[in-house]
Parts: sequence; C-alpha cells; structure tokens
Amino acid sequence: MKLHLMGMTATLALVTGIAVADEVRVYNWSDYIDEALLEKFESETGLKLIYDVFDSNELLETKMLAGGSGYDVVVPSGTFLQRQITAGAFQPLDMSKLSNMENMWDVIAARTAQYDPGNAYSINYMWGTTGIGVNVGKVTEILGADAPLSSMDLILNPEHASKLAECGIHVLDAPSEIIPMVLQYLGEDPDSHDPDVIAKAEPILTAARPYISKFHSSEYINALANGEICVAVGWSGDVLQARDRAAEAENGVDIAYNAFAQGSLMWFDQMAIPEDAPNPEGAHLFLNFIMDAQNMADASNYVYYANGNLASQPLLEEDVIGDTAIYPDAATLENLYTTTPYPARVQRVVTRLWTKVKSGT
Amino acid sequence: MYRRLLIAVPYLWLLLLFLVPFGIVLKISLSDLALARPPYLPQIDVSKGWEGFANFLSGLDFENYVWLTGDDLYWKAYLSSLRIAAISTVLTLLVGYPLAYGMARAPREWQPTLVMLVILPFWTSFLIRVYAWIGILSTEGYLNQFLMSVGIIDIPLKILNTNTAVYIGIVYTYLPFMVLPIYAALERLDGSLLEAAEDLGSSRAGAFWLITWPLSRPGVVAGCFLVFIPVIGEFVIPSLLGGSGTLMIGKVLWEEFFSNRDWPVASAVAIVLLLILVIPIVLFQRNEDRAREAER
Repeated sequence: MKLHLMGMTATLALVTGIAVADEVRVYNWSDYIDEALLEKFESETGLKLIYDVFDSNELLETKMLAGGSGYDVVVPSGTFLQRQITAGAFQPLDMSKLSNMENMWDVIAARTAQYDPGNAYSINYMWGTTGIGVNVGKVTEILGADAPLSSMDLILNPEHASKLAECGIHVLDAPSEIIPMVLQYLGEDPDSHDPDVIAKAEPILTAARPYISKFHSSEYINALANGEICVAVGWSGDVLQARDRAAEAENGVDIAYNAFAQGSLMWFDQMAIPEDAPNPEGAHLFLNFIMDAQNMADASNYVYYANGNLASQPLLEEDVIGDTAIYPDAATLENLYTTTPYPARVQRVVTRLWTKVKSGT
Repeated sequence: MYRRLLIAVPYLWLLLLFLVPFGIVLKISLSDLALARPPYLPQIDVSKGWEGFANFLSGLDFENYVWLTGDDLYWKAYLSSLRIAAISTVLTLLVGYPLAYGMARAPREWQPTLVMLVILPFWTSFLIRVYAWIGILSTEGYLNQFLMSVGIIDIPLKILNTNTAVYIGIVYTYLPFMVLPIYAALERLDGSLLEAAEDLGSSRAGAFWLITWPLSRPGVVAGCFLVFIPVIGEFVIPSLLGGSGTLMIGKVLWEEFFSNRDWPVASAVAIVLLLILVIPIVLFQRNEDRAREAER
C-alpha cells in the first residue's frame, strides 16, 4: 500500500509538470546506501534527488513491465535485469557520459555480462552471496563443538534441523534462490530449468518444512541479532548487519556468516535506466557519481556488501575488504554459482512448488 | 433535462470506475502471457483500423479459465477464503451485536460520543493499526508480556503468524462495519414494545428473541454482508498477521501477478473472484428490497 502511494505521488509530480530536468528519481533496495551520499550528490550536481526504496525484485519488475514508473535509475538483480532488458524496459547506457566506467572491476563485469551482454544497459552496484547465518553459541551447544556451521545440512538434513527447530530456523522467501540451493545440495545443476530436475527439490524441502519456523526475506536480521533464532538462510550483508547489531547490543549473541560449504549462489544488483526515464541525463550523472571510487567505498563501508568497483578497494575499511564473508577468497569464489532467469512456464512450476512447500497445498 | 443530467452522474461514475476497469481486466484475462511491455498479447493495433481490431479479437481465448480448473490450488484458495470470511463474520457479529445493543440502550446524551468512539480508529491509517497488532501479538509482544507477568502462562503463546491472528485482525478491523448498521436498527426500536411484552408476562430474554432480534435483523444482515464481502478478497491482514500456511485467494492473486508475472491468469483469478462475490451481493440486494417492501 505504501508503495502504491509512492507510485501515485511520482505520477502526480509528473502530471503537474514539476521541472523534471532538475530532478533525479532513484528507486533502490531498502537500507542499501549511506544516506550522506545522497546529500553529496545533490550538492555536487545541484540536482534534486528523490530516493525511494523497495524490498522485492517482483515489485520492481511489475513497475518496469507496466511502464511509466517515473524513475530515472532502478536497481534490479541480475536475472530480473536480463528479463527486463529482453522486454525492452531499459535504455542502453551512453558510455561517453560515464567517465568513471574505468573504475569498474573486470572480474565482476565478466560475470554480470551473462545477464547484460557487454554490460551495455547496467553497472554493478553491489554483489553478494546467499549463505547461512548462525548463532554460533547456541548451535554448538545443541549440535556439539564440531557442528558443520557452513553446511546446508543444518537446514536440509532433518537429523540436524529437527534439533535446531526449537531454537528457530528462518529461510528467505525467495524460491528463485532457495530451489537452486536445494539442487546444489542434491548435486544437480543449480541453474536447471528442467521441471523434472526442479521437482527433485520438493521432497527435500517438504522433509525440512516442519523445522522451518518462517519464510521471510528481512525479519531474520533482527531475529538473529536478538537471539530469537539459531539459523537463517540469508543474504551476506544482511547477516553481517545482524552480527553488528548483536555486537552493539552486547547481548552475548555471536553471529557468523558463511557461504555454504556445498557452494553458494552469487547475485548482482545492477543499476539501470528505464527506457522511459524522464531525466536520462540526470540518471547518467547519478551512475557516474556512484562509480566514483570514494563514493562506492563509502557505500560498501556502510552496508557491508562487496561492490564491482576495483578502484574503490584501497579505500575500503579493513573489516570490509579483509572479511572473506564479504570479499570471498579465491577458493570460495571458485565454489560460487550463478543462475539465469526462468522462462515463464518454468517460473510457474517453481512458484507452484514453493506454494506447496509453504502452505501444504 | 436537468433531472436526466442529475441521474446521469451516478451512471457515469459507475461506467468510469467499475465497468471500464472491469472491461480492461476481462480483456487481459483473455490474452496470452508475453515477455514485453505490457506483459501480455495481443494488443490492439490502432494503425490498421478495423483489421487490427479483428486481429486483436481473434487473439483472445478462454485458455486461462481452463487453466484455473486444472490445479486444485485455486479452488482450495477460494474455499479457504470463503471459510475464513464466514468464520470472521460470525465472530464479528458475536462481538459487534452486544456492543451495538449496549450503545443503543445507553442514555441518549452519551450515544453521539459512543458512535464517535466506534468511528475514531478510522482516523489512523489501516496499515498502521494492523502493524500495531504485530507488536501486541508477537512472541515478545505486549499480550504475552502481560499474561506472563500476571502469571497466567509460563511460556509465551504463539499467536502471530497463525490463523488466530488473522481472525483477531479481521474482527478488529471490520467491527465498525458490523456495529454501525446494527446500532442504527436498534436505535430506532420503540421501547414501548418491550414494555408491552413485559406487561403481558414475557421474560426479558423472551422479549429479546421475540421483539429486539427480529427488528434488528436488517441491521444484522447489512453488517454481515459489509464484513463478509470485503474479507473474501482480503490481502493485507493475512499477509501481515498470517503464517505461510494461511491460504487466501488474495495471496494467490498476488503471486500470479508478481511472482509468475502472469497478468492474464491473475486477471482470470480476479474475474472468478468477482463472480463469486456477485452471488452474496445479489442476495444482499434482494434482502434489502424485501425489507423495504415489508416496511410499506
């Protein structure tokens, strides 16, 4: 409902003809930037920045496919970006306006090119992994000191999960990330689009379902930090935020994030300019501003996510660049996999399987 | 002429805000999914004139409705929504009737204040009021803290993310829609009828069932429909207070639209929902007509 209202105000502003050329409208994920950067952009360019947030790729995609969102810069994840490019939702970047492009990191650019060939439509903002956050004290108390803290077994193997259920297990409500994870667990291709292979995930999830207290994509941050739950399948930076909140509260909760020992999903959040952006000129200015080494370093230091900007790395704080949970070492990086978007027919199979696992119907 | 114009206003309103959107949704429900903007086909090709329109018509079909019959998810969700709506309506009536009765029997000078108190919550955003219930019902919420400090329970109750929380949220939110029509009916009740019943030897309970209840029935029926119809399609309360096991058609609709990004099937689900809702609305209308005739 809140989002709906925001959409309405955006449309109203457009209809009433507020001087569009002086404004840049950015639509980014919630809790995903150092807000000091927003003021810095305004004072550097003299443009007014309107910054709205969302919390699901699906919502963003619906706005993009409907068109007329009124935004100049949006931040879809890789697989969603690829589908929206195919649907004609974005405009190609004008490289002549993006002098900071040389700061970008070729290792990441090579990976994002599989969603956006030649990186013609988008720049990388942040990237991360989908792994496991554990309350180290409680899990080792229940499972013993040699508990496999980075293993999918904690969630998917009923032998472990049943013991941890009492203490609480949360899983992301994101079928396009959890089903590849289960396939990886089974030794199948995590990026499989074959409905028969995808179906193999169902019995594993159904067996684990009784021990999972909640499927949710943001509540686990607080739940982990407060010690309400023991294990969460979550996004790297979010779990690290939980770790910091627990440390600040000095409540004796010790949270650790690990990519899965079996291999984790690697994802990329990409900044792109909608095809019908009211102010593409301002959008390019914003992208170039974000690609500045110092600005990107400030953002990463603030949100604990890795970025695709090589020049920013010397400017990163040690607890960001030096943390293998954020910037994985070469061995872990080798073990990460990526996925591609499901075609509509397969997406339907995945959503249906997910509903069945969650609600039993 | 002036009179006709006056009548035209509500019809124009209905046409613009109901029939036109309905027509658009119906059209999308007959289309096919596509990876494009907007994500369905066919579109009307205006440049080709009549031929374009004919091509557009030939591209429409009932495929999506056939699809809805092929998976038990949809009818289970419709049924589950009807069940939740029915149970919530009964619960709201059980809470709302005594409230309305008490209001109608209160001293005259209090009544405007009491009506005000029933309406007052509407001054706060609906969304914020539902969020407030999260704070009350959660495991560490106010309710559990209170019950544990008083010593009634030792381990916190698990209410949030269950159907119980959904019922609490619905009863709370829709209570004014039940209370106000019942109050309106009871307030008009002629007190001398009750005196006459007592004079003739009826007990107080007997007088209630013989006089008060039948006379308040139009209000009860109106209140029940005002609660039942919107609850069937409710999305916000089950998604905020309910668990992942709460199956309601509003949630299925959301998933078709956002997760599957299948606007045509989502539209078909919405059209079927509308048809399901039309039945109680027609019943309601009939009841109103009958009540009006009885009054004559």
